[in-house]
Amino acid sequence: MNLTLKVWRQNGPEDKGRMETYPVSDISEHMSFLEMMDVLNDQLVRDGKDPIAFDHDCREGICGMCSMFINGEAHGPGRGVTTCQLHMRSFKDGDTIYIEPWRAQAFPVIKDLVVDRSAFDRVIQAGGYVSVNTSGNTIDANTIPIPKADADEAFNAATCIGCGACVATCKNASAMLFVSAKVSQLALLPQGQPERELRVKRMVEQMDKEGFGNCTNTGACEVECPKGISLTNIARMNRDYLTASLKGE
Amino acid sequence: MLNSKVPQGPLAEKWTNHKNSIRLVNPANKRSIDVIVVGTGLAGSSAAASLAEMGYNVKAFCFQDSPRRAHSIAAQGGINAAKNYQNDGDSTYRLFYDTVKGGDYRSREANVYRLAEVSANIIDQCVAQGVPFARDYGGLLDNRSFGGVQVSRTFYAKGQTGQQLLLGACSALSRQISKGKVKLYNRHEMMDVVVVDGKCRGIIARNLVTGEVERHGAHAVILASGGYGNVFFLSTNAMGSNVSAAWKAHKKGAHFANPSFTQIHPTCIPVSGSHQSKLTLMSESLRNDGRIWVPRKKEDAQAVREGKLRPVDIREEDRDYYLERRYPAFGNLVPRDVASRAAKERCDAGFGVNETGEAVFLDYASAIERYGKTEANIRGLENPSASEIKALGTEVVKAKYGNLFDMYKQITADNPYETPMKIYPAVHYTMGGLWVDYNLMTAVPGLYAAGEANFSDHGANRLGASALMQGLADGYFVLPYTVGDYLADDIRTGPISTDHPAFEAAEKEVTERIQHFLNNPGDTPVDDFHRKLGRIMWNNCGMARNADGLKQAIADIRALREEFWKKVRVPGTATQYNPELDKAGRVADFLELGELMCVDALAREESCGGHFREEHQTAEGEALRNDADFTFVSAWEYTGDPSEAKLEKEELVYENIELKQRSYK
Repeated sequence: MNLTLKVWRQNGPEDKGRMETYPVSDISEHMSFLEMMDVLNDQLVRDGKDPIAFDHDCREGICGMCSMFINGEAHGPGRGVTTCQLHMRSFKDGDTIYIEPWRAQAFPVIKDLVVDRSAFDRVIQAGGYVSVNTSGNTIDANTIPIPKADADEAFNAATCIGCGACVATCKNASAMLFVSAKVSQLALLPQGQPERELRVKRMVEQMDKEGFGNCTNTGACEVECPKGISLTNIARMNRDYLTASLKGE
Repeated sequence: MLNSKVPQGPLAEKWTNHKNSIRLVNPANKRSIDVIVVGTGLAGSSAAASLAEMGYNVKAFCFQDSPRRAHSIAAQGGINAAKNYQNDGDSTYRLFYDTVKGGDYRSREANVYRLAEVSANIIDQCVAQGVPFARDYGGLLDNRSFGGVQVSRTFYAKGQTGQQLLLGACSALSRQISKGKVKLYNRHEMMDVVVVDGKCRGIIARNLVTGEVERHGAHAVILASGGYGNVFFLSTNAMGSNVSAAWKAHKKGAHFANPSFTQIHPTCIPVSGSHQSKLTLMSESLRNDGRIWVPRKKEDAQAVREGKLRPVDIREEDRDYYLERRYPAFGNLVPRDVASRAAKERCDAGFGVNETGEAVFLDYASAIERYGKTEANIRGLENPSASEIKALGTEVVKAKYGNLFDMYKQITADNPYETPMKIYPAVHYTMGGLWVDYNLMTAVPGLYAAGEANFSDHGANRLGASALMQGLADGYFVLPYTVGDYLADDIRTGPISTDHPAFEAAEKEVTERIQHFLNNPGDTPVDDFHRKLGRIMWNNCGMARNADGLKQAIADIRALREEFWKKVRVPGTATQYNPELDKAGRVADFLELGELMCVDALAREESCGGHFREEHQTAEGEALRNDADFTFVSAWEYTGDPSEAKLEKEELVYENIELKQRSYK
């Protein structure tokens, strides 16, 4: 199929940026969206032009590196998929496709479609861990049975790949879904209890410091999340945060 | 002469004795010692976190935007540990034995035993960190089986065990970053290692965002930079996975061991077209319940290929469950190399089931039925109908493998609950890597290699769910001891100055190469060369190799390399984010490594594990080892040209295991 791409080009964080138009032809429906971008970049390099910078790595939907805002949706029209797992069969011949970077104050553009998401890492560094040394001299793994339902729910929260689609989608550029997923994973497990209140306070404070917006319970993040992280996590985080605040920890 | 430095004493006591006798560095002195860790996958993150926790100043480097994205994250199936929670007769010795046997008797006994010994602690550690492993209804940890073993020792978190373990290791890393004990350099690529007076004393790195070339000094450097499967262009590796860090170390004096030992994973989604940029693995755990088959009649295979016959319409007696037929004892759970070759054999014989003729079926129909019946019994349903059984069974399969099935559907647009999946082998892992001694130190003092980047534990074939085990064992439990032993000599050294001429020379070389790429008057994109190299490697140094093909490949790669340097076009500048420039550097190194892999495959006149030389096979087509002449590790020393690399042999001594022809029949 033949397509028209309108792609955001921005030479660096200080550049104003603009949309540019590129035609692409002979795109197979079996290609992934990123393979379609490869075709375009191959052509740009052959023509002596600057290829479009975009983040990608595993191309199997798990590393969380790819990050395109396609036709106004994070990771494009598919549900439960990242951009690398979006296939061209979701589009039809003659379509015009708009491709933009994640847009959020806390995610400055590095170049074109590449943004800096290290704010996420700093939120995790603020407390998204269990303070246990790596000596291996802990108790036997089966000493504390964990009810399957709790373990499963912790796992579901832990499937977050940190791609930032929730932030990109949110009209307030809020990171609540991401932060609450990590808070929930550890809050649901016995190993996470000793630091539970301190953790939620620190992570929320860091989140605010990074310039993410507030949550207004719209729920767009849950819809666009490629891993289906549930809004319930945000409710759990709010409850934990309130508890921690009231206790004045 | 290479010295493996394996400690004396009985196998089971070597590691404990070694730990008790190696030197320690006191906490005050650790604060004045710097360690660099390159790579933040399981091995890198766990090593960086552990060393920082002990008190060293650590700098951690990754080319991704976040350490959590290293390719360990994509591991699906699980992690092995000799816990024997299932009471099925597992033990440290059995895990050791299975690993050595699975590796076709080409790994070092002492290293493998240590790996098995620390495996149980890894699970304890991960659970303590909050890794959400799968649990049974009693709240205890669940296990499943993987290929090449007859026990259930694999711990898992649905189909994303790698992600959960990596997030665990990265959380330990994050804790140390928050304390200021680890400084993280994300979006940085290691360009060279720096050797001062015979010791590794730092690296040259490049900030991929600003393009700045930086010098970093340290008392020791750990490379945890992963494997080199991307030399084949198409592999299950991430797009950015590369050999450059290891290759630069090789050029600075580290030996490259068994470079041709490549793992071709049997269950990947087949290639669909020339546009393909990477291949996707379907976890080996699927072989627990899935049955692999092709049509028994060639005309049926033909009709399936042409879309005239649906696989579900082929009668049971017209199906060839070739793994169950050839290997009744292990059936669909034979090791990866055996399963891959068997798929190739059937497809080469004309029984392939997709348009390209390079695919076999992985079928879940009987698993769905079996689970459905069990579930019906549990629920006390009397005379359940076939559709009720199928619905119940589908639910069970969904719970176990749901995300893998979804991924398959997403990529192929086929529904694997209704029709068998199509799979074919693809490059997945490299057993070869930097030669290391028992302490995981390369031939360059102070330079260590961990995880997939070293060669140490898997011999000629890695068993499923052992890569995660090795990465975390190296990082959490081995390096923290062995690096300290080396650093005990450095307590009075003081900070490493980066003004030394060795740093200057290394930086100059890096900068010149970058300038060469950018100023080269070529017209061909980097990927063109990478794709061509991949084809040469896959055709001649892939699942089956022979002398003529390998000699031709060496000539072809040399010609391609020459063409690359003349014709490659790299756009952009050196002072901004420029992924084409990063790729060019990586492909340049692959073009040298590929040649060495063929040289190694040519020199090894036997078949073992993933290395199958067509000249050396049994009458039944099984790999034929030559223990009399090849029970050694091939460690290659760089001399300026991959074809002229000097071979050093580390003889493998088996004192605890009897060498046998591997049989899974």
